[in-house]
Amino acid sequence: MAPLLELRGVQARYGPIVALHDVSLTVGEGEVVALLGANGAGKTTTLRAISGLVAKTGEVVYAGSDVRRASPERMARLGLAHVPEGRGLFPELTVWENLRMGAYVRRDRGGVKADLERAVQHFPWILERRHQHAATLSGGEQQMLAVARALVARPKLLMLDEPSLGLAPLVTQELFRVVHELNEQEGLTVLVVEQNAQIALTVSHRAYVLEVGRVAVEGSSAELREHEGVRRSYLGY
Amino acid sequence: MPIWLRVLGYAALAAAVIALPHFVGSFTIAEFTYVAVYALALFGLNILTGITGQISLGQGAFMLIGAYTTGILSAHHGWPQLLTVPAAALVAGIAGFLFGFPALRLAGVYLALATFALAVIVPSIATAFDFTGGSSGILLALPTSPFTGQRIHVLGVGVTMPTVGADTWLYYVSWGIAAVGLVVAFWFVRGKRGRALRAIMENELAATASGVSLSRYKTLAFGVSAAYAGAAGALFGILSFIVTPGLIPVTTSILLLAGLVVGGARSFLGAIIGAIFVELIQVYSADVLGPVVNAAQQVGLPIGDVDKATPGVPSVVYGVILLVVLFLMPRGAAGLFSRIAGLTRRVV
Amino acid sequence: MLTLAFSSSHFFQTVAFGLAIGAVYASLALAIVLIYRTTHVVNFAQGEMATFTTYIAWTLTANHGWSFWPAFFATIAIAFVLGAATERVIIRPFERGDPLTLILVTIALFVIFNGLIQWIWGPDQKFFPGAFSGTFTIRGVTIAHQDVGVVAVTLATVVVLWLFFRFTKMGLAMRAAAIAPVASRLMGVRVGWMYAAGWGFAASLGAVSGMMVAPVVQLNPSMMQSILVYSFAAAVFGGIESPLGAVVGGLALGLLTTLLGAYVSWIGVDLQLPVAFTVLIAVLLIRPAGLLGRHVVKRV
Repeated sequence: MAPLLELRGVQARYGPIVALHDVSLTVGEGEVVALLGANGAGKTTTLRAISGLVAKTGEVVYAGSDVRRASPERMARLGLAHVPEGRGLFPELTVWENLRMGAYVRRDRGGVKADLERAVQHFPWILERRHQHAATLSGGEQQMLAVARALVARPKLLMLDEPSLGLAPLVTQELFRVVHELNEQEGLTVLVVEQNAQIALTVSHRAYVLEVGRVAVEGSSAELREHEGVRRSYLGY
Repeated sequence: MPIWLRVLGYAALAAAVIALPHFVGSFTIAEFTYVAVYALALFGLNILTGITGQISLGQGAFMLIGAYTTGILSAHHGWPQLLTVPAAALVAGIAGFLFGFPALRLAGVYLALATFALAVIVPSIATAFDFTGGSSGILLALPTSPFTGQRIHVLGVGVTMPTVGADTWLYYVSWGIAAVGLVVAFWFVRGKRGRALRAIMENELAATASGVSLSRYKTLAFGVSAAYAGAAGALFGILSFIVTPGLIPVTTSILLLAGLVVGGARSFLGAIIGAIFVELIQVYSADVLGPVVNAAQQVGLPIGDVDKATPGVPSVVYGVILLVVLFLMPRGAAGLFSRIAGLTRRVV
Repeated sequence: MLTLAFSSSHFFQTVAFGLAIGAVYASLALAIVLIYRTTHVVNFAQGEMATFTTYIAWTLTANHGWSFWPAFFATIAIAFVLGAATERVIIRPFERGDPLTLILVTIALFVIFNGLIQWIWGPDQKFFPGAFSGTFTIRGVTIAHQDVGVVAVTLATVVVLWLFFRFTKMGLAMRAAAIAPVASRLMGVRVGWMYAAGWGFAASLGAVSGMMVAPVVQLNPSMMQSILVYSFAAAVFGGIESPLGAVVGGLALGLLTTLLGAYVSWIGVDLQLPVAFTVLIAVLLIRPAGLLGRHVVKRV
């Protein structure tokens, strides 16, 4: 079966600075794939390249279509949900309004209603605090809201950029538990960028390690977890 | 641009100005008299906006103040018309200086708003009072030339004065005043003062840190700029034979700023080019638009013919030209004015 | 200096008129705030666009025999398209550039619209029909239907817009696009079209403003120029991002200047504008963030 997402030889730059030299990776349907590496390795740029926020060369194939030139709006309509670094919430909007924005691309009112209810099930506090402005939430709550919002879109592919950043360990674990559950029970495909390689490798099936804009190591998460050399050199533990 | 080239440029300009009336008819002489008037206003605007970086949509307001000064002094108090010009500059200059105080704390959009409001309001203040003639304004005597071919005696010798028409006389007077204004402007922006003004445009905070007193230089810039406008307004009134609230509408203030943009701010030569633009646009835009209108008519669009008398045409033309110039400028207007200070909001 | 002869009937009539003219300021001020919130541009041409669309309404009634209300709604729709088109065609190329250029662009638009009005319809005043005619009397005080009607129409427009932004999907998307354009794009929002819609609504608000004030001041090319000054004052009154401030500010300013004009003899009709101007300057100096706005600190 063809992978849901495939990158081949992707290059991306910010002005004169080349951020990605040659990135190739695949994400199969139903997989959780981790994208690891040090700061500045190009992980965030890779996600931004996929969702169309950064111009790139090379091949990007998503759900069978060539999306190299696709705009972020089009990618969203194709079922891509990207939770960016910094979460991308609307601070002056309420929790519930943020959530509703997640469903912007959807046409089925009934389905949206069901998904909003499920979001509340995963994160029950949302219901009580739904009229609160998103800016007043704590870091952990904001992250969870951002993920919940992405889920309301019923995405084919969920991309998370450093979800654990600034979160307490317990909150991080809870977040990843939810992601894991969604993958297991509903087959949600996930591409997650993480600094915290340890937790990312427990949740993912496969992983890529980026270094200076290129894929340095790839393999199943199990292998990478075991391999001490890789862990020491690339993953910091 | 090397100095000698500049001097050559100005010399050529001076020669052209002096020679012009011998080659053209009365209408063109009048046109270029207005160019001198606009140039005077633009010298002032250049000092304020092009060099000190304070955007002003209100230059016309100060012109109107100058025009009314002339009207009141010459029609109501019998002053000789040309003598009112320095008085008008003084009155307008004071007004500008006073406006500079509240303007100190405004920048960018808000300054643009405030100066725009000024341009709208001065006419209504003029309408409100009797000494300004209310909405009918003040009628001025037709200007006359002192050179009418009369015979005078100088040191016992009989001399026949040349005959110079009023329009030609006004032409030379206006350009004479403009020349004086130009020299004064050069002197004004030279040395320490000029550096202080330019520093304010670049970065107000840094300027303050280097000891430049913002309040002193900004109010000074407003005052001097308004004085130029006042002198220009005085001449404008004299040329128009009447001073009314509608003599210098908001659109003139905008046209002056547009002229500065199109002619190239920061240089006084650019101000003169801008002045030519401002005058020619008003007179010849119908001709510019003519072919476009013809083409549109042939395509079947229901557009009537345009001629010099069709109102609104100059505005449309220079508005479009302004858009095109703004679009083509490589660094936008900011590149032209080099980072006009204060487009972010101010702290209280 | 104060007119001591105080007739309560005259007072209420003055209040009614003051609120009506205040409603006119309020809707144009709201248009300015709307555009500023969505695209961070202060649109100097707002008034001229309003005048232009009011002339279109005039053409429908005078040249094509339409009655007032059909012309009113048609003009609102036409204004929306005009505003959206202006944003897409003229503003969009400059959106990424520096703010000063954008200011000058809207100033150029001011000039172009002003010129087009004079070119197409000529510089003379035209008669514009009022939406409401007649008067009603309460306790001996006679009040014009027009005054009450203008306030009612303006408030209705404001309420409809509020409902739209608060409760509809597109209204939410427009707010989101104004707050965080990049995040909105990731949600599938076509941010560019949201900006265009913002300009469209603003132009419609301006049209309402123009059609309500034209019967009073007579339709002429510079009709909205002084109103723009009042509306700027009202818009900055609440901080240029506050719709509530714009509406309250507009009504208050209209009421204040009308009452001052009626009861302080030296102000009269002509000096109302300079008074408003003084208010504008005072607000900008004392509280640049507006009386209701958030405190903004200049970034170094």
